[in-house]
Formats: sequence, structure tokens, C-alpha cells
Amino acid sequence: MDPKNIIICRCSDVTLADIYELFDEGYTSFEELKRIARVGMGPCQANTCGKMVQWEISKYLKKPLEEVPFHNMRPLTLGVKLRAIKEAAEDEE
Amino acid sequence: MKNKAKIVIIGGGISGAAIAYNLAEKGEKDVVVLERHYLTSGATGRCGAGVRQQWGTKMNCMIAKKSIEFFEKAEEILDYDDVEFKQEGYLIVGSDEEEDELFEKNVKLQQSLGIPAKKLTPEEAKKIVPHLNTDGVYSATFCKTDGHLNPFLMTDAYYKAAKRRGVTFYTETEVKDILVENGKIKGVETNKGSIECEIVVNAAGGHAKEIGDMAGVDIPVFSQNREILVTEPIERMQDPMVISFSKNIYCQQTPHGAFIMGRGDDREAGLSVESTWKFLDEMAKTVTNLLPPVGELRVIRQWGGLYNMSPDRQPILSEADDVKGFYIACGFSGHGFMFGPMTGVLMSELILGEEPSMPMEELALSRFEGKDIDAYETNVV
Repeated sequence: MDPKNIIICRCSDVTLADIYELFDEGYTSFEELKRIARVGMGPCQANTCGKMVQWEISKYLKKPLEEVPFHNMRPLTLGVKLRAIKEAAEDEE
Repeated sequence: MKNKAKIVIIGGGISGAAIAYNLAEKGEKDVVVLERHYLTSGATGRCGAGVRQQWGTKMNCMIAKKSIEFFEKAEEILDYDDVEFKQEGYLIVGSDEEEDELFEKNVKLQQSLGIPAKKLTPEEAKKIVPHLNTDGVYSATFCKTDGHLNPFLMTDAYYKAAKRRGVTFYTETEVKDILVENGKIKGVETNKGSIECEIVVNAAGGHAKEIGDMAGVDIPVFSQNREILVTEPIERMQDPMVISFSKNIYCQQTPHGAFIMGRGDDREAGLSVESTWKFLDEMAKTVTNLLPPVGELRVIRQWGGLYNMSPDRQPILSEADDVKGFYIACGFSGHGFMFGPMTGVLMSELILGEEPSMPMEELALSRFEGKDIDAYETNVV
């Protein structure tokens, strides 16, 4: 299948071909890929694409998967509405 | 890794990349940039992606204005596809008469320097941002040429342009010590080996004080964690960045659609960039009150980054008096990203002994000697 037609990151619309191109430009860590292509930075926070990106890096660098650092996961775990956070905070006060 | 270079720049954020580019563009290509993690992993990549000229001191206004002029042509000059620059303004809202007087003074200063800022009534502000809650808004200022810029892509543009001109970048390379002999720079030691050099440039952002200490140069700055969050992307609904010093908020919708927002608090100085629930609570309350529809958006991520604060909240762009060859670009006090282009220009001029593009006395490290600084830039969130 053509890498241009394989979507890796659905949130940010990043294809496998985009990832290959970035590898060839020298961006071979998850953190760099995130910042240049927004891969893994959408609403799902890399819960969908994370493992696939890590796997592709592992294949490209010919390094075992466990030696490829996963991306730095940040809060929140799930999207929460700002108004809900405000109301909960005010309830507690 | 190279074991010799003329100039070693410490820090792979906008400042380091812009200084490297300017040096190489002027013909000085024997330059190495060292970055502890990856490019933009520090303050640059953690900032709010805003660029503004509405400042309260002459130096900050001048540096910001000239930097915006560069951003307007950055893609062409650096031969880069898209840095996501948009000029849809900064709307600054104030809460009372006292802040209104400050606005009056600021706008006068800004206009005298050619910055197209103006004062607005709450009604006029609401025309620009229709979902702005004007209860508790006394007056506002607006500058239409302020705006948004993607910190990752802007730094990448400088990085690639510098690299094409011969600069070497080493990432995941941490400086462990700086070698000084008889008051002169001799080299740096890193976790990957040492590099002999004549000049070291400290562009280490939040870690600038620690780098200064390695060279035996005391820099009167401290770092503070400022938190920030981003929402899911939605269709376009807000053009300018909305900020307020008294309400303690900045909030913009990026061209990509996500809202990004932050605020400060009285936190102890330190190098932590942790995320806290307290910030999330306070941010949610502030934004939902000032920009009610934004409250319906989901927060998808929060993080922290370091403001490197100088005593007068203006940058330190300087050579150290006591260590020859040690140059300092730090103390940006939360606006190092938007000042990046001029940091690059002015530091390269200083290093190469050229006539500076603007007076540098007020940016020199020596300005703090024997002085208690009581007047400082107040326009910082």
C-alpha cells in the first residue's frame, strides 16, 4: 500500500509518507516528530498513533522497540471541558 | 563530535538558533550549537506562541517591533515553507482606572516608536472579539500587527538556514563545564566530549544562571515555572490573542484551531516544569469568565515552562566583563521567543564587533551593578 494513503495520526492527519520524509530530514525521535508534524498532539494524545510511530522509528533506526523512547505523556488523560473543571473547582470551595 | 570550534552556542531554542544563523549569514561559520535534549525542548517550545509589540519599556518595544518586521519576511529570508505567522492582533483588556492610566502611558510610548497600538473602549473591544465578556473590563488596547507564530517551525526555519550555511548542531548533548583560563574562555565539556573554543554564548534560557555559574559569571536572573494548556481544535472563532495583566490570562486560537492559554502565579524560583491541578482550576475559572464560549472546549494537554526573569524584565544581551569570550543572551522574562530575531542580530553584532543596530547599554549585564532595580517592565503575564 502507498505510504501516502496510510494515515498514522488521525487527529493531525499525518501519513506514513510524511513520517518517512521527516526521518530522512533527520527527525528520528518521537518528540521531534511531534513538534514538526503535530503527530500525537491531537485530541487522542497519541493513544491511537503512539505505538505505530514508535514502531516506525524502531524500524527506521534498526533499533529494538524497547530502546526507542515513547513520547512524553502529559496530563490530562482524557479531554475535559474547561467549564466542567471550573464548576468542579467552585463546588469544592 | 568536533573537538574544536571558534564559537560554541549553548541552547537550541529560538535564541541559539537565531544567533547561529546570523553569525553564519555574516560569514562566521565555525559555530557549534549544543542542545541538552532536542531543539525547542526548553522555553521556546513551551511558550504561548504569541508575538507582540505592546510593551511598557522602550527597549522591549524596539526589540519587539524589529522582531515582528523580521517575522513578516521570515519565510522568504530563511527559505522556509510556512512558520504559521498570522497578524490578527493582541487585545489587552484592563480592569480599572489605574490600569487604564498604564494603558494610556504604554500606547503613547508604543506610538512614539511607530507601533500601531491604540486604546479601545470595552464596546470597541467587543467588536474585535464578540464573545468577550466586558463585565469588569474598564478599557483595552489593541495592536493589529501583533499575532501568532509557531515556535517549533520558526526555530526549525532558523536551524535549517544555519545548517545550510555551515553551522553544526549537536542535540542530546549537555554542557557539564566551561573552561576558563586567565579570564578567557578556553572550551566546554559535555557529556559527549570536550570542545576547544574562544567564544561561548549562553543562550540556555531557563538554565542560563547555571551556565553562567560554570564560567564563574554571576547573572542576576532566576527561573520560574509558568503553566499553560491547549484545547481540542475547533473552527475559527477568535482572531486576536486576548490578554490581561490584572485578570492574569493570555488566550489565543492558533491557526490550527486549538486554543492555547496560560497565566502566572507567585511561585518559588526553581527549575521544575511540573503541571499542577491548581493551575488547571484557576485557568478554567479565568477563561470561562472572560471568554465564556471557550469554556465549552476540552483541555487535551497541559505543561509548564521556564520564564527566566531579569531584575528589570528586559533581556540581558551582553559580553561578560570578567570573562573574555563569554557572551550572554538570557533574562527574557517570558518573551524570548518573540524577541528571537533581534537576539540573533544583536548578539552576532556584539560577537563580531560590529556597530549595534540599537543602543545596547540598557541590555548590558553591567546595568545591574551596584543598583537596586525598582523600575521594571510590568506588561508580563
